[in-house]
Amino acid sequence: MINRNPQLDENGVLQHLLTTEGLPASILLHILDTAESFVGVTERDVKKIPLLRGKSIFNLFFEPSTRTRTTFEIAAKRLSADVINLNIAVSAQSKGETLLDTVNNLSAMNADMFIVRHAQSGAAHLIAKHVRSDIHVINAGDGSHAHPTQALLDMFTIRRYKRDFHNLRVAIVGDILHSRVARSQIHALTTLGVPEVRVIAPKTLLPRMVERLGVHVYHDMAKGLKDVDVVMMLRLQNERMKGANLPSPEEFFKYYGLTSEKLALARRDAIVMHPGPMNRGVEIDSAVADGKQSVILPQVTFGIAVRMAVMSILAGNQV
Amino acid sequence: MQLPDAEILLKSLAKKIRSEGGKDFVLVGIHTGGVWLAERLHQELGITRPLGTLDVSFYRDDFDKIGLHSQVKPSEIPFEVEGAHIILVDDVLHTGRTIRAAINELFDYGRPASISLATLVDRGGRELPIAAQFTGIALELPVDKMLELKREENGKLSLNLYDKRLPE
Repeated sequence: MINRNPQLDENGVLQHLLTTEGLPASILLHILDTAESFVGVTERDVKKIPLLRGKSIFNLFFEPSTRTRTTFEIAAKRLSADVINLNIAVSAQSKGETLLDTVNNLSAMNADMFIVRHAQSGAAHLIAKHVRSDIHVINAGDGSHAHPTQALLDMFTIRRYKRDFHNLRVAIVGDILHSRVARSQIHALTTLGVPEVRVIAPKTLLPRMVERLGVHVYHDMAKGLKDVDVVMMLRLQNERMKGANLPSPEEFFKYYGLTSEKLALARRDAIVMHPGPMNRGVEIDSAVADGKQSVILPQVTFGIAVRMAVMSILAGNQV
Repeated sequence: MQLPDAEILLKSLAKKIRSEGGKDFVLVGIHTGGVWLAERLHQELGITRPLGTLDVSFYRDDFDKIGLHSQVKPSEIPFEVEGAHIILVDDVLHTGRTIRAAINELFDYGRPASISLATLVDRGGRELPIAAQFTGIALELPVDKMLELKREENGKLSLNLYDKRLPE
């Protein structure tokens, strides 16, 4: 095996979580099953267990993020780990230190785990290849490449509400082109056996040859949402947009914003998801975001349990 | 070697709990064998308060050595632990480390009035100062053997002895 998955060791055991691409269903399901047990912990009065006591987890955020960083921090603290938050966008890198020098310095401080958010695709892979074998790396979003813990918490949410993946129609709607979330969702959904994954977006917001990922492409919301069980909205990434892709947010809302009228085309028991932060009135209408079918806030709650599961599985998989 | 019949041990354990366990207690089984045993005791003793279950994987002291167990089940404590008289139930009492983990987990739910321990088989070999108040039987077993409770499809319980696989 020459092209071994860099996330797995030679025995196929998970050492890093970098992307959902290429991970076997058994590993994805093991993470989801373990997360079920952590949901119980997060509902108790004492929301803390001693599993990662004495471990040092570094949140390396080279790109600003509040929600993802916070949920990783809460997850690590509930596992009793020590969490160090580094907002590197405004520290070492502005002084000229390279990415790997930063990582070397933190490794010398006896880090056990790095959680990495970076604007460049592949940054977490680079760090995972570079670190000592006893350090684990979790990708918390790299460029437009992958965001595996978001995809896993989405899978967890879908399973909670729909139980089985094998009879579902799932639509992912919006800015697929710039979305690391969408890529990770598509890989996870197809691996877990969802028979029909749709993407709904204007041509300008779709990657070339997206069909190769095994999805059905729709440009029309009315057709794409028909009879789906799950609607996964994406955030319109204004900061990644260079004008030409999109006439205006109002125009986008008119054609691709999720309103109650459009949602009525999906199955009556369809759930609506969004990774946050939401642009109300751009990709989603407030009536839907706050409506009965929305599971957006449960997604946030489950996200903590899923990240606890990933961290404890990785920390326990020592070489 | 001839192992005792788990069904008979269960009956005698139930009898001991009935006569010495007081009135107002709740049962908490430890996954997996302890939960099977607790379910049967729950029935046998006609307890009305719901049964609790614990998976102590998150509280084990060997996480750094062997990592997380592959199948962690959710712990469910469907009653107020604060002030409760709890009988912990496990199939086999050996080193006492599982019980230590279970006690720690229970305290994260509240401060119980008391915790006692019921076990089908006490096989000795304690590494911690832990003792069972209710025991089905005490057995001397070779250290390289594992003793485990099994449950057949019809719900019948039996004991199983096998060689401990040492990690390569």
